[in-house]
Amino acid sequence: MNPTLTASAGVIAPLSPADLEKELQSALYEQRTSMVEFLIERGMFCVSMTVVATILLIFLFVTKEAVPVIFGRTDTARSGIVMNPAELGRMSSKQVGEFLGQSPSVVENLPANTLAELVLERNKELAKESNPDAKLNTTTWSMMTLPFQWSGDSAPTYKWQPVGNIEKYNFIPLLWGSFKVTLIALLVATPISLMSAIYVSQLATERMRELIKPSIELLAGVPSVVLGFLALMVLAPGLKEILGTHSMLNSFVAGLVLALAVIPIIFTIAEDSLSAVPQTHRDAALAMGAGRWDAAIRVVLPAAAPGVCAAVVLGFGRAIGETMVVVMASGNAADLSWSIFDSVRTVTAAIAAELPESATGSAHYQVLFLIGSVLFLITFFTNVTAEYILQRLRESLEGATAAEDHGLMNEGAAASPAGASGGGYVNTVV
Amino acid sequence: MTNSAPATNGEKASPLNPDQSMAALAADLHSNPVFTRANVFTALFAGASYTLSGVLVAILLFLLWHGGRGLSLDFIFSRASPTSDVAAYGTAGVFDMLYGTICLVALMILAVMPVGIITGVYLCEYTDPKSTLARITRSAVNNLAGVPSIIFGMFGLGFFIYFLGGSIDSYLLGSAAPVFKKPSLLWAALTLAVLTLPVVIVSTEQALRAVPRAFRDAALGLGATKAQTLVKVVLPQAAPGIITGGILAVSRGAGEVAPIMLTGATIFSPTLPGSLTDKFMELSYHIYIMCTQPAHVEAGRAQLYSTVVVLLFLTFFLNVAAIVVRAWARRFMRRMSANI
Repeated sequence: MNPTLTASAGVIAPLSPADLEKELQSALYEQRTSMVEFLIERGMFCVSMTVVATILLIFLFVTKEAVPVIFGRTDTARSGIVMNPAELGRMSSKQVGEFLGQSPSVVENLPANTLAELVLERNKELAKESNPDAKLNTTTWSMMTLPFQWSGDSAPTYKWQPVGNIEKYNFIPLLWGSFKVTLIALLVATPISLMSAIYVSQLATERMRELIKPSIELLAGVPSVVLGFLALMVLAPGLKEILGTHSMLNSFVAGLVLALAVIPIIFTIAEDSLSAVPQTHRDAALAMGAGRWDAAIRVVLPAAAPGVCAAVVLGFGRAIGETMVVVMASGNAADLSWSIFDSVRTVTAAIAAELPESATGSAHYQVLFLIGSVLFLITFFTNVTAEYILQRLRESLEGATAAEDHGLMNEGAAASPAGASGGGYVNTVV
Repeated sequence: MTNSAPATNGEKASPLNPDQSMAALAADLHSNPVFTRANVFTALFAGASYTLSGVLVAILLFLLWHGGRGLSLDFIFSRASPTSDVAAYGTAGVFDMLYGTICLVALMILAVMPVGIITGVYLCEYTDPKSTLARITRSAVNNLAGVPSIIFGMFGLGFFIYFLGGSIDSYLLGSAAPVFKKPSLLWAALTLAVLTLPVVIVSTEQALRAVPRAFRDAALGLGATKAQTLVKVVLPQAAPGIITGGILAVSRGAGEVAPIMLTGATIFSPTLPGSLTDKFMELSYHIYIMCTQPAHVEAGRAQLYSTVVVLLFLTFFLNVAAIVVRAWARRFMRRMSANI
């Protein structure tokens, strides 16, 4: 190739090989714009925009159902006014629905005499209601987030009791439960997965790496319902025997099993960013006389620190959104307690357990969608933060590699950042 | 160090005496202690890794040991028993659940593959990875992968069932009784399709990136258009990787419970789902329901373990297969590009 190149350069124009290469590429990729090709591209563009649209739609439609509650337009107060069954015809199905605690569509589908009977029942129920709490609207923001002294209680408390005579929608215990279980899971998962990540990417032999890495990543392939099943059937009874805890299903069991769900994601991302640190960093440390251990801890780990942080952040997002494990293993009692051996109810568990049973459009249904949107926002910002950190890390590592390439023409370093390909972790989050 | 006199004890260490420090240094260089900090920590870190691998193996062996014995063709092909009939549970099979799961996953794949592949192709072949558009799309993909599965269920309920289903019912069919505005196979499959979209997109993108650039150059150089290059050269080469994405999506979708419990799965149905608007029984949902009902756990513990093993074959072992296929495809690609 070289002789012809120089020959042609001598005859036509003094083009350097690099320039020639560039020219060749641009000639190859120059588009002969035909109508069909253009349409294909536009079509593909539209399809790929569905992903962006989906994220927006998810937020829109989860929040939409909660709009009345967000703007304080839902009212659960029962004024004590008795509805006259004879006047049913003059009232809208929406009013009747609110009176009966049912959705308007349910009311519309009922025959008139059944409806009259239901109204009579409800009148009797309301007449019996002597509790002053019944006159309260329990879906205001202050009732949902601040402690309140219910009649009969001695002190203000946070209560989530959506089913019962007086529905109490304070979702602070649910958030507390979510954070508690998540924290336990992260405390268990973070050290062990970071240790494994450092070992696999820096200290292990090639053969060990090929064995261990896939087996930890494959933990993600175990469905969360199977993890929940194991927690419920094996771990919880076993731990109760050993520790003698008060409740068999508690936040400790849930957190422990949740850790198994979180480990693959923390491990994968941490391992990816550790492996993406250019080989030259390590070589330099080794050349200065550091051992493999010191090179890994003092040189590679600090260089990959942002990626390790991002791994933990993403692990947090995964843990707080995990549903089946906590539904099955956390005990589902919405208590505010400090003990890790008490049952908790998380946001996800509350939605999963209560949404199928709540009447569409009722106050309960709206509050569940409200906490759903809160959960969505939490995970959204978690993801955005982690992605921002990873993006920055990738850029800085690319910069470092490029600089070294320039100076040293090191081929090994050029190959290494391939591990940090963008979004590669998605598939491990199975 | 043994001959250090009391007189020199006043000073800390004795760096002034060159002979001594040289001797100490030499001793340091030649000694090979086992319990250095580095060795201890390396062993600790290795232990953590082995523990994690061990946990996976232990879980698999435990489940296979308890569930494998009850596994037979009879178990797979006999019909499920009604939830109310606890006594019959011990002899019931999983055919209804398996059928429901396969229908669900097949519909999901039909919906997710075209959209996922096209998006992946567009991201890889038609956009500059540094452009704002590509960044936004990629960020959306990553975010979609991080949305909790229960939120997908709520989205399916709010968007597919009440909005889409409700619109179809009132504007297209004009029927008073809900046809599409209720949980069904179709909506559950579409919800799962949204959930598995990132998996397919990322797999497609990775598969396309693995195709050597020389292939594209050659096709373009022979006068093929971009679309022709893509369809005739690049996509066939990337096919194994894309299929892997599909398998990963199946394995992910078959194991999800939270989205389908709101959008179409049912605890028991006496008939198999016959149309898109029927409710269906599903394996993972069935496991969730059964192991949270103490009466059924007592009646059929072995049954429950066998069901879990069947589910694992649809999820975990499929996952392993996908990864093996991908590794094989990658090695094949590398050999191809090495030949060029």
